[in-house]
Amino acid sequence: MSKVMVVTSGKGGVGKTTSSASLGAALAQAGKTVVVVDFDVGLRNLDLVMGAERRVVYDLVNVVQGDAKLPQALIRDKRIETLSLLPASQTRDKDALTEEGVGRVIDDLREKFDWIVCDSPAGIDKGATLAMRFADLAVVVTNPEVSSVRDSDRIIGMLDSKTRRAERGEKVEKHLLLTRYDAARAARGDMMKVEDVLEILAIPLLGIIAESPDVLTASNLGCPITLHNPASPAARAYDEAARRLLGETIAITAPMERRGLMSRLFGRKAVVA
Amino acid sequence: MSFLSFFTRSRSAPVARDRLQLLLAHERALGGGADLAAVLQKEILAVISRHIAIDHDKVVVKLDRGERVSTLEIDIEMPEPTFARH
Repeated sequence: MSKVMVVTSGKGGVGKTTSSASLGAALAQAGKTVVVVDFDVGLRNLDLVMGAERRVVYDLVNVVQGDAKLPQALIRDKRIETLSLLPASQTRDKDALTEEGVGRVIDDLREKFDWIVCDSPAGIDKGATLAMRFADLAVVVTNPEVSSVRDSDRIIGMLDSKTRRAERGEKVEKHLLLTRYDAARAARGDMMKVEDVLEILAIPLLGIIAESPDVLTASNLGCPITLHNPASPAARAYDEAARRLLGETIAITAPMERRGLMSRLFGRKAVVA
Repeated sequence: MSFLSFFTRSRSAPVARDRLQLLLAHERALGGGADLAAVLQKEILAVISRHIAIDHDKVVVKLDRGERVSTLEIDIEMPEPTFARH
């Protein structure tokens, strides 16, 4: 039974695309067949983050409108055999998508893949509502920062009212992925802690991705971090999050505060200076 | 940051948490529906304008969402004494 998972947030720039690529890659590395679908029509970037930008011929809009067949538009990852990408159109806008057309594409993808990861655009307009429309479960990507938490709360409300499952009286499983977390700042009281965000949003925690230069390096190279640098803390956190999605029970370890020699010797002063 | 403020600096994360909790309690109650303040303003003004000619540019509406009590303050400048008689 295939699963449709939307990666969403409301706010832009919190790490939806990075998380879609990383979770998609990790699920594929765990042996599942996975397609990651870019719903950000007009501002596609998943192709770039996944290193397939030079191979895009057809896109989601072409398939929705019947101008291309689904297999023509799917791009198979060169490194992970079971991972595919369905890119968004760069020249159209979100109005080119219809609910009926997206529903048909999702149904076709369900025949071919174990996991369909829908990378939502920011906002709460048509692109975002269509990305979540057919989801069985949702990963809500949130930064420990007031505007991101507020927008996530709004998106959680929409997942509970605007999805097809919600309209049928069924539940959309929701998971919180806390990204760009800085343990040192949280320890100093300058950033909301994991518990603060969990208490406010009240959905289960899927994982914590620490703020890390490794994440930027991976997208610079167009290679999902779980593949490029599997030993890095961010890659391990994504890998564990993916395995939790597959039903494994793995305790969540909060990122550790990494303190240099100066801050060890002089405490907080060195951090501020 | 001055030398003194470094030692007396209060932490911002608890403030962020408390502000969010308060705000979201209100936003969830609204359920993404119409803005309550706007609806109240419109209906209250409609009632008043049945009796008084109001200049809508001279109406000030303030909303303060508190933890226990929220207040909606509507300040209407009364025109010169020309009360309509019914």
